[in-house]
Amino acid sequence: MTEINYRDALNQVLIETLDSDPSSFIIGEDIGPYGGTYAVTRGLTERFGPERIKDSPLAESVIVGAGIGAAMGGMKPIVEIMTINFSLLAMDQIVNHAAKIRYMSGGQITVPLIIRTVTGGGAQLAATHSQSFEGWYASVPGLTVVTPATAYDAMGLFRSCRELPDPVIFVENALLYSLKSDIPDDYYTVPIGLADIKRSGDDVTIIAYSRMVHVALDAASALASEGINAEVVDLRTLRPLDIDTVIASVEKTHRALVVEETWKTGGFAGEVSSLIHERAFDYLDAPVQRVAGEEVPAPYSSVLEDLAFPYVQRVIESVRSLLSS
Amino acid sequence: MNLKEKISKTELIGLYRDMALIREFENETYRQYMQKQIKGFLHVYSGEEAIAVGIMSVLKEHDYITTHYRDHGHALARGLDPKRIMAELFGKATGYSKGKGGSMHLFDSSRRFMGGYAIVAGQMPIATGLALAAQHEKKNALVVCFFGDGAMQEGEFHESMNLAAIWKLPIVFICENNLYGMGAAVDSTYALHDEIYKAGDAYKIPGYKIDGMDLFEVRNVMQKIDSHVRDGNGPVLIEAQTYRFRGHSISDPAAYRPKEEVEYWLGRDPIVLVRNYLIEQGLVTEEELQEADESVEQEVTEAVGFAQESPFPEAEALYDDVYADEE
Ligand SMILES: Cc1ncc(C[n+]2csc(CCOP(=O)(O)OP(=O)(O)O)c2C)c(N)n1
Ligand SMILES: [Mg+2]
Repeated sequence: MTEINYRDALNQVLIETLDSDPSSFIIGEDIGPYGGTYAVTRGLTERFGPERIKDSPLAESVIVGAGIGAAMGGMKPIVEIMTINFSLLAMDQIVNHAAKIRYMSGGQITVPLIIRTVTGGGAQLAATHSQSFEGWYASVPGLTVVTPATAYDAMGLFRSCRELPDPVIFVENALLYSLKSDIPDDYYTVPIGLADIKRSGDDVTIIAYSRMVHVALDAASALASEGINAEVVDLRTLRPLDIDTVIASVEKTHRALVVEETWKTGGFAGEVSSLIHERAFDYLDAPVQRVAGEEVPAPYSSVLEDLAFPYVQRVIESVRSLLSS
Repeated sequence: MNLKEKISKTELIGLYRDMALIREFENETYRQYMQKQIKGFLHVYSGEEAIAVGIMSVLKEHDYITTHYRDHGHALARGLDPKRIMAELFGKATGYSKGKGGSMHLFDSSRRFMGGYAIVAGQMPIATGLALAAQHEKKNALVVCFFGDGAMQEGEFHESMNLAAIWKLPIVFICENNLYGMGAAVDSTYALHDEIYKAGDAYKIPGYKIDGMDLFEVRNVMQKIDSHVRDGNGPVLIEAQTYRFRGHSISDPAAYRPKEEVEYWLGRDPIVLVRNYLIEQGLVTEEELQEADESVEQEVTEAVGFAQESPFPEAEALYDDVYADEE
């Protein structure tokens, strides 16, 4: 076992990918000598040169589009979109093109593209820089959306994603880069579409992904001191969604809470909640609850931002009320 | 440097003071960031002061301004109150956006300062719409749209230039070419990097290349094109060559810039240039500029005091201003 942080896990798995596959390359803004905004690509230019670590113009649409084209032509591009907020400028390429080309071509053409990007708020970057759009992408057939919450999952999921012949949105989280976890010294993978029970318990199921997994785990620790044993399910992949693991947990606990950072309206938590009601209604002792972001653009001021995103106390209170209903 | 116009001494000192205020304000934001009074992203305008001050000094009341996230300088040059800008940076309720927008998103509609935009190039299509509104209003106003060399690489730049050209919209597009986007040098990311002012050629938009470190040259070009744009002859593109004296943001040590390059540009400090010129030409005295410097320090100190004493927003404010008030 080696302890490693989320950033270094990604850095290492990128090196491993470039080493093992000569058709792979990375393209993105400021990923070269600058090392990437979140320093994930640090040192890669020195190691692989500018041919394979391509600093792009400031132009998200063509970055993704060029990645799609290169993938169609047989390469294995890894595209970095600095944050998911800026992916909106590339959304047409992602949704109208990357996700559709295999189907529209009747399976003739394949787009093995990985789009790495960064989601989430909580760093006082205000409304345009604090959003979480992975749920939107997860609604699109043809895309695969993964959302690792730990260094272990980031590395293992990346290895699975690079084997996939279809486009992937690989969603990292800005506030998790320094978080450490143990990874095995031997090669391992984390399968796409497999949720993970990050903590087991019998009283209530808390479902989350990305940074909210840690909020859920902190809440679960606090609840344990009150004698409440929460099970925390990390979805890890939003599409394809491993609903079976969620259902099995809910059949055991009979109560479920979904925690998500983005707005409740149209959020992915609504999808999870619906599926639980559809599949496990008879097992539920109470309606599924959601803790989500407040329905406002993210405010800058810390006093407001602290209220805008889900936090541990809100999860705790929600679990308590779920158990008393 | 060459002052070609007749201009009063008071006005000259005023222009110098506007530039000095921006520099002092930005230095203070660094100090306050270190003290954790300011958070999030902080992009300062130090080194680029001559552009905002030179352009704004020619603008009129009904003109609109849009800019990017490096917006404190433009805001101050347009006459926004340093107290309320600092309060915004502190996340206080007395800030221009009640603490909701922060450093990257400054707005003051009363001065037609229509925003700092933090999605690169996002302000450019918006500027075309403002120009349409300005035309409709018939007050002979124009729109000034500030952006960086990086923004020209986005499709929105080209879409906006084309629309402005075919509709003959009254816009002055001003590229602050500081040679870098975030960490990427523009010579590796933009095909036209050494002739940015020619980017308008594709849309038949006239382009001007100016020394953005020279206050009088900036002012001059704006005066020269002013009536052309106001009178319905369509947009103009200005490339102002400049340099940011600090990293892209406070968290960027800017290690990617060659030392000689940084030294060259620091030697062309727009404030020092104008200061020396004014004194050498005998237009103002050292003491008068000294006085301006002191009043600037005083003003920034007061801005910090105001920001410190101001209250944070109330929790209830979270849901205000998502939509128009319903009552
Ligand atoms: C659409 C979009 N992509 C990327 C970013 C991240 N980013 C912020 S500023 C910047 C560089 C912009 O450079 P330039 O336009 O030259 O302005 P400067 O900061 O040099 O004044 C980048 C890449 C962003 N905010 N928006
Ligand atoms: Mg620039």
